[in-house]
Amino acid sequence: MKNKLFVAALGLILTTQIGFAQDVLIRHATVLTITKGTLPDTDVLIRDGIITEIGTNLRAPRGIEEVDATGKFLMPGIIDAHSHIALTSINEGSSPVSAEVTMEDVIDPYDIGIYRALAGGVTTSHTMHGSANVIGGQNETIKHRYGKRDPDELRFVGAPRTIKFALGENPTRSHGRRGSQGGGGIVPATRMGVEQVLRSSFENGKRYMEAWDAYNQAVKTNPRAVSPEYNDRLEVMADILRGDILVHCHSYRADEIAMLLRVLKDFGVTKITFQHANEAFKVAPELAEFGATASVFADWWSYKMEVYYSTAYNAAILMRNGVLTSINSDSREFIRHLYHEAAKSQRYGGLSDDESLSMITINPATQLGIQDRVGSIEIGKDGDVVLYDSHPLSVYAIPMQTYVDGKKYFDRLTDPDDMRIQVNPTASFNSYETQITGKDHFHGENEILDFEDLFGVEFESTTSTSKSN
Amino acid sequence: MNLILTIVLGFLSFVQQQEQEPKARQGTYAITNARIETVSNGTIENGTIVIQGDRIIAVGKNVAIPSGAEIIDGTGLHVYPGMIDSGTSLGLTEIGSVAETDDTNEIGDITPHMDALTAINPNATAIPVTRLSGVTTVIAEPSGGLFPGTAAMINLFGYTAEQMQAGNAKMLVLQFPVKPSGGGFGGGGGFGGGGNSDPEAEYKKAMDKLNEVWNRAELYNRIEEAYQANPQGKERPVYAPEMDAIRPVLLGTRTLMVKVDQEAAILAAIAWVKERKIQKVVFSGVSEGWRVADKLAEAGISCLVGPMLATPTRGSDRYDRAYANVGLMSQAGVKVAIRSGESENVRNLPFNAGFAAAYGMGKEAALRAVTLAPAEMFGIDNDFGSLTVGKKANLFISDGDPFETSTNILALFIDGFNVPIESRHLDLYKEFLNRDSGRLKPVEVLPAGN
Repeated sequence: MKNKLFVAALGLILTTQIGFAQDVLIRHATVLTITKGTLPDTDVLIRDGIITEIGTNLRAPRGIEEVDATGKFLMPGIIDAHSHIALTSINEGSSPVSAEVTMEDVIDPYDIGIYRALAGGVTTSHTMHGSANVIGGQNETIKHRYGKRDPDELRFVGAPRTIKFALGENPTRSHGRRGSQGGGGIVPATRMGVEQVLRSSFENGKRYMEAWDAYNQAVKTNPRAVSPEYNDRLEVMADILRGDILVHCHSYRADEIAMLLRVLKDFGVTKITFQHANEAFKVAPELAEFGATASVFADWWSYKMEVYYSTAYNAAILMRNGVLTSINSDSREFIRHLYHEAAKSQRYGGLSDDESLSMITINPATQLGIQDRVGSIEIGKDGDVVLYDSHPLSVYAIPMQTYVDGKKYFDRLTDPDDMRIQVNPTASFNSYETQITGKDHFHGENEILDFEDLFGVEFESTTSTSKSN
Repeated sequence: MNLILTIVLGFLSFVQQQEQEPKARQGTYAITNARIETVSNGTIENGTIVIQGDRIIAVGKNVAIPSGAEIIDGTGLHVYPGMIDSGTSLGLTEIGSVAETDDTNEIGDITPHMDALTAINPNATAIPVTRLSGVTTVIAEPSGGLFPGTAAMINLFGYTAEQMQAGNAKMLVLQFPVKPSGGGFGGGGGFGGGGNSDPEAEYKKAMDKLNEVWNRAELYNRIEEAYQANPQGKERPVYAPEMDAIRPVLLGTRTLMVKVDQEAAILAAIAWVKERKIQKVVFSGVSEGWRVADKLAEAGISCLVGPMLATPTRGSDRYDRAYANVGLMSQAGVKVAIRSGESENVRNLPFNAGFAAAYGMGKEAALRAVTLAPAEMFGIDNDFGSLTVGKKANLFISDGDPFETSTNILALFIDGFNVPIESRHLDLYKEFLNRDSGRLKPVEVLPAGN
């Protein structure tokens, strides 16, 4: 939050847009296109931020920067369909429904987490509202243009609007069962309550939409027609019903996943991505029939009751059942090695290289509605690519360079150690930060949480603090 | 990179013979024609390893296979010593958020007498899940407070704590106080840190408490020693379980495991263990060890380092410091082992080692850090840590490099028991991969009155 004023001030000063898109010619790479196979010893030309040519012995435009990628692997920039980096707040936890808020307002371009994600080959993040509310806020899809100081310069212009929903333990704990006595007193306290919060929100949204549609018709012939009262929350619900906003729903158990499918069917909403969805594998045929997609963890489980009956084979089962699936991070740590997380689907379920890599590229792109722009190496797509020293599914793979819009934002060999673009003047240079690890989804101040999703980046880890007091 | 599970399952059914409900059992086994990574004596191509009872009785290229041995054809496969994770809470926690299932942290800050071995659930769901990664042995640690208790080295198979205990290795855990780091956003955290109070004062308070406890323990030890040397005419000293639990460290029979991460705290801890003349000591965590690696090497303190899969400790740090830390320490001459710090995902230990290997440590050193190195540190290398004749048969067969993400573990032995490759994760896979989808359509309800 404290960055906000600083950001706003700088935003006024810095109006430069230079270096947004660039040209580069990457030569002799093994190109993992994802959608069109693997091309050995291939050149990729990016001009003005767009992939314009893929082939062998491409003619170099005059003055273009050439990168010799002999022996290296080039893949599309990784897309994280569930992240909370580059945000100054996560949860508007004050109400079970907060559809009107949006992460667009809280983008933090100074977050070092953006650079660390780039160093793991991630070029696009779906930065999401938290999971405290049944209907949370709207999310923002960003490109990792680290170094830009204007939050708007990180936005993925043209990406569809999306919204966060949440089922199960988090919304019931955050509202109905809040406090030590469990008497939050606000519905929902149960999964039954979660369904009714959804149904009434959709029904109110539908009536609102119909009232406005009727008014818009009426006003054409009757200029004195009276408009319905404007309601920013119901505007968003109506836009979901119109199909203008994609739903991304935090969920774990198979029963609650099936519940949301029923609710969406009843209201004619067709586009849904289940986030986390640890038990999605149990209802994979139902998800496939609906056309729902899933964005899951590679192997997180057992940190809370609703993920106890999980399996690391979740992604493989879903893919084999025809459910479009992505692997996400939901973590400032895991976002740095999503390529490794995707590779786990080979140990747990024997997915092919292309299948595994599709789960961090074209599949999350599809879930975010940006598959025509990113997610594969194809002519006409954005020049978002990452160069590895070896095959990215190997545990020994090291990302060497990462490009967004043809501009290099990460270079392992030449970047300095300290890549911060804003240094907190009150912090000493030696400030020690407790590390974030795979365990951090359940540590907290006598509270239950699954990492950033519920409490956000401002939550201070207390991993080594005594619980005794 | 690609692997077909049917091959794996086919192999397993072979290894487990025709049993309907495969059970772990000892016997005489010969794994033949395998690539054997001994760790202590290099790699043996097309080698054979013979297991009898709980021990390895032969390893080599041309070894006699006892008659009646069950032969496991290891052609194209690899045999490694079981991996050791030098820092976990495996078996102490079942479900992270459900307090009733979390036995890591007893009430109070001074609870050195709490014994992790007591609370380890031999049937924890995460234990078979972990075995599938080739991890056979872990240190299970209590946590919280200044002296959370005593950690134990356990094998990941057994029906009781006694059966699981690996070589009687136990460590007294000390969470070393955190030095203030200049305050400000992002600072603090850890024992003695945080809060709104003066961080310097908090640190001094925490150090005073540590010294007071240690002074009392030393005094208790002296009184107890004096009494035991000659009880004649002396009153029996008052029993203090906390002090009693520290005695083995003072007597030099137990290792003190100092949990410490931050540069300044590491330096303070080095000075403290020297001043206190601690005979057996290891540091654990040590995420800023690379900053003071020369000091650690000079002090000759072995370190259990990790996790690697973690964010850097400072905003100003290079992005890959946590990956590279253990390698930098190792190259500076510090004896290192690798820890995941995990509970349900200790199965990611080989990936922590893989990242360490890739970011400068090298595969050989990383493998040593999850096998022989920790065994040596805790004096159990007569039994564990390498594929050597006479050692316990803690080993696994894999279809490749066990650090590599796509590799599968095909068979695993602990104490010579051929432990079934099964876990809830695999069970759910088998149950749901080709789930019957005939129930997609609701069952038709018969008309009323039918």
